[in-house]
Amino acid sequence: MKTLTTGESAASVLPAMMLVALLAGCSTAPKLEGPVVPAELPAAEYIDPDVIYAVQEVYDPWEGFNRRVYKFNYRFDRYLFLPAVRAYKFVTPDFVEDGVHNFFMNVSEITNFINSVLQARPKSAGITLSRFAINSTVGILGLFDPATRWGIERLPEDFGQTLGRWGVGNGPYLVLPIFGPSNLRDTTGLFTDSAVLYTALDPFNFDEHPDREAVYYLFKGLDTRSHVPFEYYDTGSPFEYEYVRFLVTKKREFDIEK
Amino acid sequence: MRHPALPGFLAGLLMAFQFNTTAQGYDYPFTDRYVATVAGTPEEFRAKVPVDIPRKVYQLEVFPDRQYPDALFYAGKLKYALVYQETRAPLIFMIAGTGANFDSQKMRFMERAFYQAGFHVISIASPTHPQFLTSASSSSVPGRVADDAADLYRVMELALKQAQEKKHIEVSEFYLTGYSLGASDSAFVARLDEERKLFNFRKVLLINPSVSLINSVTILDAMLEDSLPPGGGPEFIHNVLTVFSEVVRKQPKVRFDENFLYEVYKYRQRQGKAQEQNVKALIGLSFRISAANMAFTSDVMNNFGYIKPKNEILRTTTPLTDYFIVSHQASFMDYVDRYAYPYFKAHEPGLTKDELFHNITLNSISDYLRHSEKIGMMTNEDDIILAPGEIEFLRETFGERAQIYPRGGHCGNMEYPDNVAYMVNFFK
Repeated sequence: MKTLTTGESAASVLPAMMLVALLAGCSTAPKLEGPVVPAELPAAEYIDPDVIYAVQEVYDPWEGFNRRVYKFNYRFDRYLFLPAVRAYKFVTPDFVEDGVHNFFMNVSEITNFINSVLQARPKSAGITLSRFAINSTVGILGLFDPATRWGIERLPEDFGQTLGRWGVGNGPYLVLPIFGPSNLRDTTGLFTDSAVLYTALDPFNFDEHPDREAVYYLFKGLDTRSHVPFEYYDTGSPFEYEYVRFLVTKKREFDIEK
Repeated sequence: MRHPALPGFLAGLLMAFQFNTTAQGYDYPFTDRYVATVAGTPEEFRAKVPVDIPRKVYQLEVFPDRQYPDALFYAGKLKYALVYQETRAPLIFMIAGTGANFDSQKMRFMERAFYQAGFHVISIASPTHPQFLTSASSSSVPGRVADDAADLYRVMELALKQAQEKKHIEVSEFYLTGYSLGASDSAFVARLDEERKLFNFRKVLLINPSVSLINSVTILDAMLEDSLPPGGGPEFIHNVLTVFSEVVRKQPKVRFDENFLYEVYKYRQRQGKAQEQNVKALIGLSFRISAANMAFTSDVMNNFGYIKPKNEILRTTTPLTDYFIVSHQASFMDYVDRYAYPYFKAHEPGLTKDELFHNITLNSISDYLRHSEKIGMMTNEDDIILAPGEIEFLRETFGERAQIYPRGGHCGNMEYPDNVAYMVNFFK
């Protein structure tokens, strides 16, 4: 579940998407009339109020909003994002897709490096720096990934992890439009990384080339989504929201601890 | 001078020898039935099948007018897979096991094996998978096998029609197979086809069928419950999720099928925690997750008041945490006793529990199975879902049409070369 988020590409359209998410949704559900009757297996009998169950561990005060966005993401995926990804994969030869992927991965080494340093992990920082150096040169501006082939593994670090490393808690669970499941701390991290990379450092000079920026984000979005093996409501479980909430949260805890 | 009868004698000897190999020279690697069930056939022992095959996933809207509660707004369509040959070829319908979708790992593997052997394949989810029960089950209460068979039959008819429209496949004749509960389903589908005669299946293969659904679920429920401490509800829920998160670290795609089980097992093995008790608990756990998903979905579809209070409206935004906790504590027998039976009885006042239980066994159609030459059965001596005496029932009912391997647990050897060869040759 490590890449449920969809990259920084859509940061600029986030507010608009949030609005759409809130407006989306109409119901054709069957009408249920009559008094509510207690269930054959009443929750009160099965749930011990003194116990915190694992599924209750994740703090989710914005559940209503989150569930709406979750549903919006399903629709966005289904009608726009996934068809676009399929078209991209259809028209692009595999070696081009791989090159594009390697390129974006290489760019992200910049924030991986910064966050390794901020987490006081000199070894990780060194590995990341050498990867960046190798892939940017031997790997021809990052289009190839010889570093991995030579056994130098990628070590993704983001600002959410950095905050977590220094004791900042998750904050409330938050399902972001398009990006998917996150929490308040990691969302802060996402925007920080994005601002540092594309606004402060601005390696591609987006400041003076907004057209370049648009193309960059488009391909980054397509590339990221095509590497996320997850589809909303595809597990068949009516508890998919609960499962995903728990699993994504645990996954992030592991990422921070490791 | 050469003896004229020698070639015949040699051939006879060879045949006898081959016959023997299935009994003694069977080298499927796991002798522990539980490990076999969980670990299946590791890659290095698996039959070689092609990786890329012509395959399309389509979806059907079986009941276009059906309304869905907000919480299940996405559940109106049934996905299935078509694997197709470019030329005229026989077609195999394949039905998945309990809780599995059309694209479970076993289904994907069999698609490749059958494609390689020259068949079209249509892969269909188990009627117990939430997607099937919401979109293609007439009652949305799975488990009564004859009813599930009628639902499957409808889906097969629609899927074939759609596949012919979309890919213009040409079909010479029809075959049917399924594993686990899908095998039991297949037996009832075959019997239904004798009346409806839409497909006139030439051959039907039941792979590791359940003989009595009640016996099988009792065994599977017990595997989990025996490994829990008394009053272990909270810990149980905790374990479900912890085990899940352990797996997801390595394997990002969440699937609720047998492959998940294997991933957990591998993880546990690396941790040195794969003792028999744990392996049994894992099987029970995986089964429980399927049961929870199935029971809650069914209850919400029917507003029957089993786990969700009757008439309570679930909106997109309604938290389901409490129902999650209850659903995962309810056994499969709870589903039968406290939900499915009352549900069916409400529609057929005379129905007794014994009748219902008998109706969901292969014993109830044993005459048909005994005399129907087209039906074959492949299973294992040590299949965990069979109660004492049931392997004898299978041997006696199917006679020479029973192929019983000495080990393999429940469906663990489906990808093993001997088994794959048997399945493919059965249809050839």
